[in-house]
Amino acid sequence: MNVYQYMAETGFLLFVAMIACGGFVAMRARYLMNAVLGLSLSLLGVGGLFFYLGSQFLALMQILICIGAICIIIAFGIMVGPKPKQEAERRVVGRRNGLLAIIACLAGAFLLFSAIIGTRWTSAPVRSGDFTVKSLGLSLLHQFCLPFELISVLLLVAIIGALIISDLGRGEPGQ
Amino acid sequence: MMLTDNITSYLLIALFLLIIGIYGMVRHRTFIGMLISGEFILNGAALNFMAFNRFLAPDPAVGQIFTLFIMGIAAAEAAVIVSLILMVYNRYRSIDPAEVDDLKH
Repeated sequence: MNVYQYMAETGFLLFVAMIACGGFVAMRARYLMNAVLGLSLSLLGVGGLFFYLGSQFLALMQILICIGAICIIIAFGIMVGPKPKQEAERRVVGRRNGLLAIIACLAGAFLLFSAIIGTRWTSAPVRSGDFTVKSLGLSLLHQFCLPFELISVLLLVAIIGALIISDLGRGEPGQ
Repeated sequence: MMLTDNITSYLLIALFLLIIGIYGMVRHRTFIGMLISGEFILNGAALNFMAFNRFLAPDPAVGQIFTLFIMGIAAAEAAVIVSLILMVYNRYRSIDPAEVDDLKH
């Protein structure tokens, strides 16, 4: 291994550390705003891993869509929404729920971990190593044209539906 | 041992994201906290797709397009859920899932 490979490994570990720190912050945060910041740190780490997986385009899209759109939407939801309950309260569900959650997570983690470790992954016999944006765009407009159009319709419907729903809830409090 | 050139390390990171998401989904007291946990789960799935796409799949464009679709659907879902949270807050004056229980009685 030469020095560049060591640098690449170090960067990889840095992104993994970002994902782990963001996850723990989002899980243990007292305020929802801190949880959103942890989420955005974690998503930035996932974008870095996309870069390592050979797709610069998706790394940029991850930053643009996930951090730039979703985290901003959630931050707006916190801002215009409920003020006094921003602090994540500890009293509603007791300690027992946390114990059950830890047990369920450990059981699921053990099952999936043993499956990941135990499987021998064999790649496809013929693979084209074409990771360029050009091939992505071509197959998006030829092979996957229908899902592409469907997802644009889905986004339109989601926008209109969100506007209508948030307008419905206004003006009749306390029912 | 190259960490960056091994599918197992990426799958383990995706597993970590999934576990964090499930734990937060159970533990958080607010709808917005549950939405944040859902984003963790979706990103774990996207990372899985990208790892399989990089190491195993015959055509590298398919996994990337699927991941793009996951991102688009996650954005639409977040917008709808935030507007639903606003509506629930306007009606119940609370975003605690334990207090929104009209269907229980």
